[in-house]
Amino acid sequence: MSSNSESQKSTGLHIGVAAPGVKKVDPILVIDSVKKSFGGLTAVDVEHLEIPRGAITALIGPNGAGKTTLFNLLTGFDNPDTGAWSFEGKQLAGISSFKVAKMGQVRTFQLTKALSLLTVLENMKLGAKNQTGEKLLNSLFPFLWRKQDNELEVKAMELLRRFKLDAKKDDFAASLSGGQRKLLEMARALMTDPVLVMLDEPMAGVNPALTQSLLEHVLNLKKEGMTVLFVEHDMHMVRHIADWVVVMAEGKVVAEGAPDTVMKEQAVIDAYLGAHQDTDLGVVTGRIKVISEEGK
Amino acid sequence: MDWGSILNNTLAGLLTPTILAFALATLGLAMHFGFAGLLNFGIAGFMAVGAYGYAISVLTFGLPWWAGMIMGVAASVVFALIMGIPTLRLRGDYLAIVTIAAAEILRLLFLTTAFEPVTGSADGLFGYNNSGGFADANPFPPGDYGWGPWTYNEQTLWMLVFGLMVLAVATLLLWALMRSPWGRVVKGIREDEDAVRALGKNVFAYKMQALIIGGIFGALGGIVLATSTNVSPGVYVTSLTFFLWTALLLGGAATIFGPVLGSIIFWVLQAFLTNILPALAESGILPVSGIQAATLRYVLVGIGLMLIVIYRPQGIFGDKREMTFVK
Repeated sequence: MSSNSESQKSTGLHIGVAAPGVKKVDPILVIDSVKKSFGGLTAVDVEHLEIPRGAITALIGPNGAGKTTLFNLLTGFDNPDTGAWSFEGKQLAGISSFKVAKMGQVRTFQLTKALSLLTVLENMKLGAKNQTGEKLLNSLFPFLWRKQDNELEVKAMELLRRFKLDAKKDDFAASLSGGQRKLLEMARALMTDPVLVMLDEPMAGVNPALTQSLLEHVLNLKKEGMTVLFVEHDMHMVRHIADWVVVMAEGKVVAEGAPDTVMKEQAVIDAYLGAHQDTDLGVVTGRIKVISEEGK
Repeated sequence: MDWGSILNNTLAGLLTPTILAFALATLGLAMHFGFAGLLNFGIAGFMAVGAYGYAISVLTFGLPWWAGMIMGVAASVVFALIMGIPTLRLRGDYLAIVTIAAAEILRLLFLTTAFEPVTGSADGLFGYNNSGGFADANPFPPGDYGWGPWTYNEQTLWMLVFGLMVLAVATLLLWALMRSPWGRVVKGIREDEDAVRALGKNVFAYKMQALIIGGIFGALGGIVLATSTNVSPGVYVTSLTFFLWTALLLGGAATIFGPVLGSIIFWVLQAFLTNILPALAESGILPVSGIQAATLRYVLVGIGLMLIVIYRPQGIFGDKREMTFVK
């Protein structure tokens, strides 16, 4: 990457041996015995988990491991059966999702939620918090909110330029490509001035050229002092940008640690990466013999 | 065929208190469905609440006309709260079911003989415009006003001016709301309420505010209608709700003037069909009886509604770009 010096990994995040539930030096999010089941299926059952502040933490695991459910629980979009968790020391259990977002813990969605029939700029301005004009009575008097709205527009345009969406500002969000919508969703989340950014599969469905710039954006978040927690299946991305990796399987945290060490753990390889992680897919399926011979 | 009278009746239909009332209710639907994405199939119920609220306040409680109208509006706020609190947290379809049921329950309550001393049962309510002082508040001296098909006596003129003023204020209010950041949040909720929630907005409160404001417009429509005719339970039927929906979609659901112009086009067209279809049947061009011809217009309305939704979902005044991206 072009920004090698800037994208240095944060280290020394934990206290003691890296194991599931290990204590962090400065946790921003602390989760205690959060449990959620759908009927007979236990989707999430996390004993203890701490997310380090100011670092990029990746949450990985096979499909159905409960990563997105955990995201939904932490952001108030779903209620757990039991458990408690705190964000910057404030208890979040039972707090509704919009209040969680107001506190500075903002999320994106696995299936991108662009507001289709609003323009790109409107999408952005909607993200900003504490807008005077969003109160019903104030909204009727433009002199109360016009100034703030113009300031937000400047801020939104700055972000759009960074995400290379400024030329699209007057287009409906519906006219953007899938990758551009991912960018818009991330940019819109940044309009809220978040403390913790939670990205649910930010790379899913994004072409390789755009992946590069999305990676830069995620790294930039950290540089600007934000904490990032993301779910991702792309192991190259995880290795490249994550400072800390949490591995989930069947609802539980099975391993955590720095990316280069955690991915060598047997539990992780068993649960997620599989025995063939470094072999070509053609070899695994046995359909491409030449490569298979070369591999040996 | 008497083309002269058909044309005259149609043109007269351009400006009547009834059209103004329906335009107000359609404006309420635009707030609900067009901007906030709330599926309200009970707008006729909101109109009934406004009209009965006004008439009962005057006749039973002896309030003056303006206080009665305020009561009618207040009743619609209560009606919106009762429907909104249990359903607005749920998916949109639930509101649709509850509103259509609530409007019917309300109509049947007004129709039942159990409350006849208050509601007038099937006969409805009348005389409130005189006893409440609305007729006396008329600033126009007796006489004929206007020209050609638009000739009105002083009473009708007063109803028209009153209705026009209410409609103008409501339209202005809707425009002011929708260009503001408040309107932006409401439109965002229409697109995807989870996304808006994730940005820290109290979605439930916004939906409730939108439901109440649209409901007030509906109630004002009922009140304006009540100034020109009797309040009768036979008016606030489910088919009225669907006529209002047709007018809304015709004009453009997510526009400010679309609902107003859609209402005018729709009811002028209705007036035209009411006049021309029986005439066509009489002169033997249509192979049906006069009564059958009169009901034929409802068939045409249904076909028209389908054609709009299929071929021009954004309505006459909607943004062309919206059509490309219909969900």
